[in-house]
Amino acid sequence: MKGLSPLDIKLLRDIWHMRGQAIAVGIIVACGVAIMVMALGTLSTLSASRDAYYERYRFADVFTSVRRAPESAAARLRAIDGVQTIETRIVRLVILRIPDVEEPANAQIVSLPDTGESILNRIVLFSGRYPETRSPDEIIISNAFAEANGLQTGDAIEAVMNGRLRALTIVGIGDSPEFIYALGPGSLMPDDRLFGIFWMRRQALEAAFDLDGAFNSVSLTVAPGTDTALVIDQVDDVLAPYGGTGAIDRSDQLSNAFVESEMNQLKTMARIIPAVFLAVSAVLIHSILNRLIQTERQQIGLFKAFGYSRREITWHYLKFAIAITAGGVLAGFALGFILQNLITQLYAETFRIPDLTWRIDSFALFASALAALGSAIAGSMSAALGAAKLSPAEAMQPAPPVNYHQGWLRYILQMRWLDEPTRLILRHLFRFPARTAANLFGIAAAVALLVSTLFSFDAIDTIMEQMFFRTNAHDAAITFFEGRNDTALSELSRLPGVMSAEGVRDIPASLEAGHRSERVGITGLPADAQLRRILSADGRYVDIPSTGIVLSSQLADMLHVTTGDLVTAHFLDATRPVVDLPVTAVVDEFVGTPAFMDLQTMNALLDQPPTISGAYLKLDPLAQAAFEESVIERPGIAGVSLRAAAIDSFEETLQETIYIMMSIYAVIGGAIAAGVVYNAARISLTERGRELASLRVLGFTHHEVGYILLGELALVALVGIPIGCIGGIALAHLIATAMATELYRIPVVVNPSTLGVAAMIVLFSSTIAALFVVRRVRSLDLIAVLKTRE
Amino acid sequence: MPASKSDKQTSGQTDILMEGRGLERTFITGEVSVHALRGVDISLKRGELVVLLGHSGSGKSTLLNILGGLDRATAGTLHFDGHDLTHASDDELTRYRRRSVGFVFQFYNLVAGLTAKENVSLVTEIAKSPMKPEEALELVGLGNRVQHFPAQLSGGEQQRVAVARAIAKRPQILFCDEPTGALDSQTGIRVLEALDRVNRELSTTMLIITHNVGIGEIADRVLRMQDGLIIEETAPKRRLKPSEISW
Ligand SMILES: Nc1ncnc2c1ncn2[C@@H]1O[C@H](COP(=O)(O)OP(=O)(O)OP(=O)(O)O)[C@@H](O)[C@H]1O
Ligand SMILES: [Mg+2]
Repeated sequence: MKGLSPLDIKLLRDIWHMRGQAIAVGIIVACGVAIMVMALGTLSTLSASRDAYYERYRFADVFTSVRRAPESAAARLRAIDGVQTIETRIVRLVILRIPDVEEPANAQIVSLPDTGESILNRIVLFSGRYPETRSPDEIIISNAFAEANGLQTGDAIEAVMNGRLRALTIVGIGDSPEFIYALGPGSLMPDDRLFGIFWMRRQALEAAFDLDGAFNSVSLTVAPGTDTALVIDQVDDVLAPYGGTGAIDRSDQLSNAFVESEMNQLKTMARIIPAVFLAVSAVLIHSILNRLIQTERQQIGLFKAFGYSRREITWHYLKFAIAITAGGVLAGFALGFILQNLITQLYAETFRIPDLTWRIDSFALFASALAALGSAIAGSMSAALGAAKLSPAEAMQPAPPVNYHQGWLRYILQMRWLDEPTRLILRHLFRFPARTAANLFGIAAAVALLVSTLFSFDAIDTIMEQMFFRTNAHDAAITFFEGRNDTALSELSRLPGVMSAEGVRDIPASLEAGHRSERVGITGLPADAQLRRILSADGRYVDIPSTGIVLSSQLADMLHVTTGDLVTAHFLDATRPVVDLPVTAVVDEFVGTPAFMDLQTMNALLDQPPTISGAYLKLDPLAQAAFEESVIERPGIAGVSLRAAAIDSFEETLQETIYIMMSIYAVIGGAIAAGVVYNAARISLTERGRELASLRVLGFTHHEVGYILLGELALVALVGIPIGCIGGIALAHLIATAMATELYRIPVVVNPSTLGVAAMIVLFSSTIAALFVVRRVRSLDLIAVLKTRE
Repeated sequence: MPASKSDKQTSGQTDILMEGRGLERTFITGEVSVHALRGVDISLKRGELVVLLGHSGSGKSTLLNILGGLDRATAGTLHFDGHDLTHASDDELTRYRRRSVGFVFQFYNLVAGLTAKENVSLVTEIAKSPMKPEEALELVGLGNRVQHFPAQLSGGEQQRVAVARAIAKRPQILFCDEPTGALDSQTGIRVLEALDRVNRELSTTMLIITHNVGIGEIADRVLRMQDGLIIEETAPKRRLKPSEISW
């Protein structure tokens, strides 16, 4: 042991002696660090891989669609100041027929230039080749779709293009940065089996959709330092006459927005959850160190008498905290790598980014180590300084006897039915209020952490209940290629299995209130809509008023308006009217930031005969197959989504991600509770071992002594659990607010059963930890305590 | 002589309450083994007060711990009131201590968090037919210190609380290991008076360990230990009152 000072050797012995507690703290630190490493590491992996992907495959900056614009308009777009590269395309939804797949599947077909590769949003080709220039039916398909359906190059797939069934040949499999997160029409979660991306030569698409010499989609990049908003305004001006629906930048591009929102969630997680762990570990370190210093008073006095300085003593005890924490940090790194790898694999299934594999992120390591050590020092500073401040003469005296007072507690303790062990528990509990508070905090934090993560299940249930049962009472949603008149609806009603049909019209618009403006889709619903309904915040159905506009609460918040205020709507379709509309109601929606209007009023404003862009259908469950068979042959239909399939994919996707995350949280929430209880029980045992051994001598059984040791903790748990429930709900609100994006928001719903589960996990893990300590009661040395004065 | 002694000769009960035969105890620490007891024969009669003397390290505490069920002999047999304690389990020893034994140690071993009365109640609660805690405290002359915490009592008072705690459950046998060791002579005598009174009034069998030869004069019998063996047994002609001795 050359080179180690005697103090350091003492430090190592202390740690070895208290290894159980050191491990308990280490585990909690490790959990906090692991989550931080996982969240920050995944975040940086995700963002680095995405950025590299965007860069390398030239993800565009601005996107827009038009009904039909002549190629000549492209030159005017190119002339806009700040536009760097521009590519016009044809993009269309088609219905697919896949062997062995019953539900209607969709593909988004994107055009490739007639020769060579795209300029923007280029394809990363995993296998096969590009379609031949002249070939009218060769396609590249997206990787996820190919995997989900077991398709390979050389296979054929049937698509309904403009009402005609065409056999397409797969010649390549690839992905593009535009579709990292590929969401089908009317879907909430990616369903790789039922939605894919196809790339086809432009010529073939022009022919198939009667778009010779025209385009319906544009993507472009802007020169560095250019104000994208200005470019967007000019693009909209150029394309307005051709039915432009308003350009968007990357932040509104669906796939990118989902990636961003996931990254936002990781950021929130990295910020809030490790903080809970590190706060608990700091409190634990504080109580361990306080206890250690109390037992080492006389040694400290001796050290000071020898001439050790205050700083050396402070540093000595800080080192104790740092050493324990450092162990936890290293374990946290290892655990974090495992979790990061696990989460990255999950992400790689949802987010189609090539080379999305975990790598060590030095910033995550650095940040989490810093946070852990910082909290350890914060937790240990006051105890260490207290030790350094002891005067040598005073310290070498034995600690003054613990002075119990009767105080107000007397009134409680005088109650007849209390037995002496219980009195002892209560007195001890109130004798050390700081320690009791620390234990209370630890238990409450464990419960709170569990509640604030497990509530996601309740939130998802609420979202599903509202989305799939309360607001959407339809079985199928139909999207048309373009606005159709009423006859389309009656045609649909006549399809086999259709019991009722309601039209719907989605119009892109920009809403303005004061200096705020948001690009949204306004949904027109019939006055007596039954298949798509809206709900007020208190869960009542809201009828759509014949005038004005109904906003979702998120949108109302974003525009800072409420019922009765006026908003200016710039409709981005048809006659592009600009009208002031009163907000007639604010409703509760979890997905997106929708706005609703009466369909008739909307059509009147747009100065058009009754037009719909889609329909909701109620189906006869027995005739569903017949319906699916016939609907895909109808012309003009771009997409069909079935509610049953949507529910399936929603649940399936969640099972994979959320359930894994939740199990991780359940385990580590339990770890906190176990660590807190183990530590508290150990401190109690060392402090009162003598007393407890004396009781054993007097004939108290192991159980009775165990009761005195743990009764205190049981009481703390009893009080800590409800406090933790309340704290957990508050934390859930914090997390939900931090994670809400324009894509969705998380309702804070906490079912009593969730509180129960959190409490059970904490009780269970506490009990296990407590039993570990109680075992030691058996090995108390009865004779040793009799030999020595305290 | 306490009158109770002859009364105890009832049917089925022998005069002997506790008996150890050939008791050995070897401590093995690392490579060294210490033979603390080398074959002790001891019997304690009902109601008698026995003082055990001996040099430091002679094995007195070791013997007391074994008799009191705190430790186990390496060899030998041990009987208490007709029960064989030689192979008693941990739980059986706990029950033995709980029902039949009282202890008084040199260092009081009171529970700091409980008042004098509560320290006594601690034992009476788990006893079968205990006296009232107040009564026990009265018996040791502490009727006016009932609500005090240990930290608020003097050493002698604390030791008397310990005696009260030990006798409150009316144990059949009381083991005292240097009960006056930490006290001055005057205070020590008050503690001995308490013990003497309990022995006379409740006819509790007592084994008192001490270094103090003078204390032997209050006993019915005095045993002397040396090197793990009892080497001498004497019976004073007249058992003195504690107030009649001094050291
Ligand atoms: N736990 C133990 N481990 C090892 N040796 C022990 C242990 N307890 C006692 N001894 C040894 O056994 C011998 C007898 O000890 P014991 O405590 O019975 O002596 P004692 O007569 O009570 O002495 P004193 O008057 O000093 O209390 C001593 O040599 C002691 O060192
Ligand atoms: Mg001794």
